[in-house]
Amino acid sequence: MARVRPGEAANPAPPTVQRIRLRFAKRGRLRFLSHRDIARAFERAVRRAGVPVSHSHGFSPHPRLSWIGAAPTGTASEAEYLEIGLTREVDPAVLVDALDRALPSGLDVLEAVVASPPALADRIDATRWAIELPGVAEADLRAAVDALLAEESVVIERVTPSGRKQIDVRKALVSATVVTASNGPGLVSGAAAVAGCAILTVVVRQTTPAVRPDDVLGALDVVAGLTPPVPARATRMAQGLLDDSGHLADPLGSDRVTAQI
Amino acid sequence: MRTGLGGGGVAPRATRLPSRCVTSVFPDLEPLLPRVSKPVQYVGGELNAQVADEDEWDATPVRWALMYPDAYEVGLPNQGIMILYEVLNERPDALAERCYAVWPDLEALMREHRVPAFTVDGHRPVGDFDVLGVSFSTELGYTNLLTTLDLAGIPLHTVDRDETHPVVLMGGHAAFNPEPMADFVDVVALGDGEEVVGDITDVVAAWKAEGGPGGRRELLLRLAGTDGCYVPGLYDVTYDADGAIAAVEPADPRVPRSVQKRTTRDLDDWPYPKAPLVPLAETVHERASVEIFRGCTRGCRFCQAGMITRPVRERSLEGIGAMVDSAVRASGFDEVGLLSLSSADHSEIAEITKGLADRYEGSNTSLSLPSTRVDAFNIDLANEISRNGRRSGLTFAPEGGSERIRRVINKMVSEEDLIRTVSEAFAQGWRQVKLYFMCGLPTEEDEDVLEIAGMAHRVIKAGRAASGHNDVRCTISIGGFVPKPHTPFQWAPQAHPDVVDERLRKLREAVNSDRRLGRNIGMRYHDGKPSLIEGLLARGDRRVGRVVERVWREGGRFDGWSEHFSFERWTGAAEAELGPLGVSLDWFTTRERERDEVLPWDHLDSGLERDWLWDDWQEALAGGEQDDCRWTPCFDCGVCPSTGQDIQVGPTGTQLLPLTVANPVGGNRFGSA
Repeated sequence: MARVRPGEAANPAPPTVQRIRLRFAKRGRLRFLSHRDIARAFERAVRRAGVPVSHSHGFSPHPRLSWIGAAPTGTASEAEYLEIGLTREVDPAVLVDALDRALPSGLDVLEAVVASPPALADRIDATRWAIELPGVAEADLRAAVDALLAEESVVIERVTPSGRKQIDVRKALVSATVVTASNGPGLVSGAAAVAGCAILTVVVRQTTPAVRPDDVLGALDVVAGLTPPVPARATRMAQGLLDDSGHLADPLGSDRVTAQI
Repeated sequence: MRTGLGGGGVAPRATRLPSRCVTSVFPDLEPLLPRVSKPVQYVGGELNAQVADEDEWDATPVRWALMYPDAYEVGLPNQGIMILYEVLNERPDALAERCYAVWPDLEALMREHRVPAFTVDGHRPVGDFDVLGVSFSTELGYTNLLTTLDLAGIPLHTVDRDETHPVVLMGGHAAFNPEPMADFVDVVALGDGEEVVGDITDVVAAWKAEGGPGGRRELLLRLAGTDGCYVPGLYDVTYDADGAIAAVEPADPRVPRSVQKRTTRDLDDWPYPKAPLVPLAETVHERASVEIFRGCTRGCRFCQAGMITRPVRERSLEGIGAMVDSAVRASGFDEVGLLSLSSADHSEIAEITKGLADRYEGSNTSLSLPSTRVDAFNIDLANEISRNGRRSGLTFAPEGGSERIRRVINKMVSEEDLIRTVSEAFAQGWRQVKLYFMCGLPTEEDEDVLEIAGMAHRVIKAGRAASGHNDVRCTISIGGFVPKPHTPFQWAPQAHPDVVDERLRKLREAVNSDRRLGRNIGMRYHDGKPSLIEGLLARGDRRVGRVVERVWREGGRFDGWSEHFSFERWTGAAEAELGPLGVSLDWFTTRERERDEVLPWDHLDSGLERDWLWDDWQEALAGGEQDDCRWTPCFDCGVCPSTGQDIQVGPTGTQLLPLTVANPVGGNRFGSA
């Protein structure tokens, strides 16, 4: 290219001096955002907030935002993660506040830590989902879940843009429990939980392709013919490394030096 | 007017709720969203969106629903809607929410579950607003308005509405011939919208405060007396035996014989949008836009926008700088479009682009000039606009392939200018140039179109020579020409799609006749059929409304989208509805009009003298050119005297004000670099 002298970057940009990891939530009606929508919203919020984000080099520089395992379109989440590369050192608490203000309500930045090894991707291998099932009787749900857990393998088929995929839901399923809204944990998927609504909580191991809440419901349909009368509402409650007792270790845990906001 | 046509719609809600109970339909909508494509387009919540709470709603006398009658991804970036949304929401006596056309998948679910048409801001039922304002940039959105009316429970026909229904208001460029929509819209606003929406708000507020005297008719009569407002239902149209219009007569003494367009005098007084809407969903234009001037006097004879938006009014350098600053800060967009009909023609464009490029140096903010003429363009300008960001291709619109046809349409750009500019661009590292053309222009022969191939070949040759390598691209994009009202071509016969398609087939052959050049040339065109329907709607009269309605009842939606457009549905409906009236699709489109024929829009005054338009049409047929009045003497098109407004061009003597904060994009909480 004529405009670039040999030995020079096409678009010399300041180097990355700090990386910060963020946890954010996708709530309410914004659960209908796709991953691309969220990425765009963050790119703009970063600019609006004046965050000194570093950029990739070249003719088409992009802000350095690294994403991990986005919750599917239509599902809410309390535990989405990203890492931002910065050209200056920034106080994570200030970043949380500035970014949260610049984002629309419903994309809410919850906490941030300065990144250190291991990589974020190596700190997550499982997800806990809470799936609200309005109109499904708790007893029916329990029976279906028991039937699913009794199997060794339950394969469902998902149609993806790259063709049909066979997914073994049971194999990825670590645990599944049923509660009702009146005595269950307070959910944050936007609308208030319907009283008496059955809630299924599952922990799934990260697989490729990932087992989504829809796939779990598909498996319940396969083993027990369970079909919710209205669309279920799923919320990702946590991500992390699965320990021996079935708990998820907080991906930001060991780096957390600032108080939670 | 017809009433009592059955079928096709949801039943209107049996009883209208009092406005006090107007609440969100979102709880009913939400369960449907996981079942439709791209649900995010229906949830609202955009940055800079404004939602009135219940108390504000109750306390506000005039509530507007502003509609763009196309998909959200197309409608959201629309500047007209964004401007009026802010202007209205700044008024204490008005509020505005937005709505867009819903795709057929959601429409079907809304009918099944009885969810009414809604706004994306408050998800309030459209039928509960006082005014439903629709901006038509293109006639192919007409059927989408009918869908919204029907889903909202608003009777399709103006005659069937009463005081409890919103006033359905049509604006936008297509409003300069609203006759095909005369049965469905109550009021038409002609020209610039910034001021007329305030006047309409005043009229509606006063009428409501008085308790609605005289009912809906009185309200419409008052609106008909408002400058720039045309109420089709208050005019009677009669026809001659040959099918042409005999007369258009006011049906009430309070109604003016002719309606003149509104003209916003000083753009610097209207710095909107101040805080552009930033969508969460992906849309067609991902950028902030600042209108740098309005109007165009280049005099391209095919261009309705250039004719109806005269005279030229430039925004000052200072005003542009402030708007760009405000838009970038409020949105976080990394691209700013400097909009107008021909952006490189701004008298201070070099200062604007250099000043902005300096200001945003190092902030990854790029500028774009969406419409540039090759003769007003130079490579310094191109370098400035790509300095801080991404370098997209260069786009020019010669419009006609031969010099002869370019004289006919008065688009006097020379091939030498084009070749010189693209050579320089390729030498500087650009790799791609896009060229826009039209096919089916008046007096056009095959040879005129085939010369496009030669031009594209020469662009590739020049590009290879200038860049020193073979990898250069030229894309030619071709649209079918549609004669539009208020242009010198309003009398012209439209070319039949078969003629257009055949010429484009020959053009493709000619492009590929030299494979070594042709393989670097992309060709994009659509078939000519939608253009013919656009032509029917553009120059149709009130009788065409029946065709629109039949097409809609038979399922016509999103006619601007090739996957939804059905030519057969339109031709069938035209035959069924127009045949009995003694006219036809051809009569409205491919027929040449006589000088004395009453045109359906003659009573709507765009400021252009009809005689001047006719003379320019004759000049076009003779291949005569018309200069731009910004640089040569006035040629008496009539706009300045009739609008009481002279052209406003710089230099204004103002400057791009230096910004005082360190970070021009956002706040400076993170300190300086």
